[in-house]
Amino acid sequence: MNLSQALEIASCTDPGIVRSHNEDSVAADAAKGLVVLADGMGGYNAGEVASGMATTVITTELQHLLEETPPYKLEPASGTPYAEKLMREQIAKANTSIYQAAQSQPQYSGMGTTLVAAVFYDNKVTVAHIGDSRLYRLRGEAFEQLTRDHSLLQEQIDSGMITPEQAKFSQNKNLVTRALGIDPTVEPEIHCHATQLGDVYLLCSDGLNDMVSDEDVGMTLQTLSANLRLAAQQLVQMANDNGGRDNVSVILVRVVRDYAAPKGWLSRIVSWLR
Amino acid sequence: MAAKLILSMDGLVLKEITLTKERTTIGRKPHNDIQIDNLAVSGEHAVIVTILNDSFLEDLGSTNGTLVNGQPIKKHFLQSNDVVELGKYKLKYLNDQGAKGASPLDFEKTMVLRPGATPKPAEAPISKPGISQTVPTMPASQAAPALSTTQPNAKPLVTSQAVPTAGTSHQTVHVSASQPISTSQPMSTSQPVATGKVAAIQILSGASAGREMELTKALTTLGKPGVQVAVITKRPQGYFITHVEGTNFPIVNGRVLDAQAHPLSDHDIVELAGVKMEFFYKT
Repeated sequence: MNLSQALEIASCTDPGIVRSHNEDSVAADAAKGLVVLADGMGGYNAGEVASGMATTVITTELQHLLEETPPYKLEPASGTPYAEKLMREQIAKANTSIYQAAQSQPQYSGMGTTLVAAVFYDNKVTVAHIGDSRLYRLRGEAFEQLTRDHSLLQEQIDSGMITPEQAKFSQNKNLVTRALGIDPTVEPEIHCHATQLGDVYLLCSDGLNDMVSDEDVGMTLQTLSANLRLAAQQLVQMANDNGGRDNVSVILVRVVRDYAAPKGWLSRIVSWLR
Repeated sequence: MAAKLILSMDGLVLKEITLTKERTTIGRKPHNDIQIDNLAVSGEHAVIVTILNDSFLEDLGSTNGTLVNGQPIKKHFLQSNDVVELGKYKLKYLNDQGAKGASPLDFEKTMVLRPGATPKPAEAPISKPGISQTVPTMPASQAAPALSTTQPNAKPLVTSQAVPTAGTSHQTVHVSASQPISTSQPMSTSQPVATGKVAAIQILSGASAGREMELTKALTTLGKPGVQVAVITKRPQGYFITHVEGTNFPIVNGRVLDAQAHPLSDHDIVELAGVKMEFFYKT
């Protein structure tokens, strides 16, 4: 099933004002309903290598696999859609590739990357994330964060040590507790959400949410949702206008048409005719 | 550099304590890390928990209580220059992580936090091979935190006050049009500048002719949704107009714009969906 009629996707990535390298990496395939964003870390250019490997491995493998297995089909063992299993497996694969490269080549030692990836299918989205790259959703007036960072700060907030308000003042913003490619195995956090017509999904690296408040991001999406490409550029520009101290990447996905999985013979024909 | 406390009484400095331990206890009894032998201070009065560059003060149910900047607290997230009071004694908390040093490039590089090694607040070792041997077995907040892939002294550039300012920039920033972005002072663009000018749009033709709209927000949209919409963005360098949707592009001073953002100058005439309007700076 080709989703390019149902989803509008725009992305933008920028090194920011202060840094010379862009260690972020983004990939999107509207036809397959697949978006991947990674924020790499590690010395010299290892961060770029790690994030690049993550997006390439996950995108190319999933493009191929989504062709073979319908993502909405339920996996008999767990009762969850195949999309979840496919993502889990490909994330593990990317983790192994990065980990092995880091182990075998001294210049890549210690490299890793955060990740947020989403697959859209059957009026749903399955999102997997590791670290502090985020997925937000704008639905009508409501703009909310759907992923929860794997970071020291989030753990402190969860344990009641500090309030989200105080967290803005923390000096420990940059510490993630999970990343791809650091250990032999990694556990991604995977959730499934139902989508609605008109929803706008935002995947971003911490370069955006550290520089621009959620309120401003939400307002920008609401104002500019008619022109996604401009909205993506505007978000990056706002992060840069506020100092642009980190690489900034955004992917925006808007649901413009229903994309329920073809179930009966009639809907199969309709979807085939599209 | 780790945070420190300066103990004083009646303006007299008694002691300087560096917060190196994860828990620093304060009280009258001798087993405390900071002993204050005064009857107004409880045996176990308070504790400071330090996690990397952040410190938290907690009152341990003391008889006379703990004040921070004059306010009684139970638990408090310490900010540099906070003054903690226990009876007549004062403890000034200093943490200059954000204030100095560190090139902008060192700022807030994302690092992985892993359990298993000794905590080294603000003194992370440079990334080295062979660090990925330990497998995390528990959440980092429960374990002694340690950094693995890191860089030395990643000091955030920003002072604690700067963050909310940046967050609400669309309300508070008034930067004059001539001020360029400065890479050496990244935060300068998000601090309110008193000399900044606010612009407005006055509609010159059509049904709502004469109406005036102040451009105080970061984004202001103009036009009719579905027909023609443009947005005026307020940036540190000034105001810009950009086409958002519709087949027709906005016209500024008789010239049709392209898809790029176009800077607006005082008394520019904008034409949008057949309506003329004037952009001007308010005095």
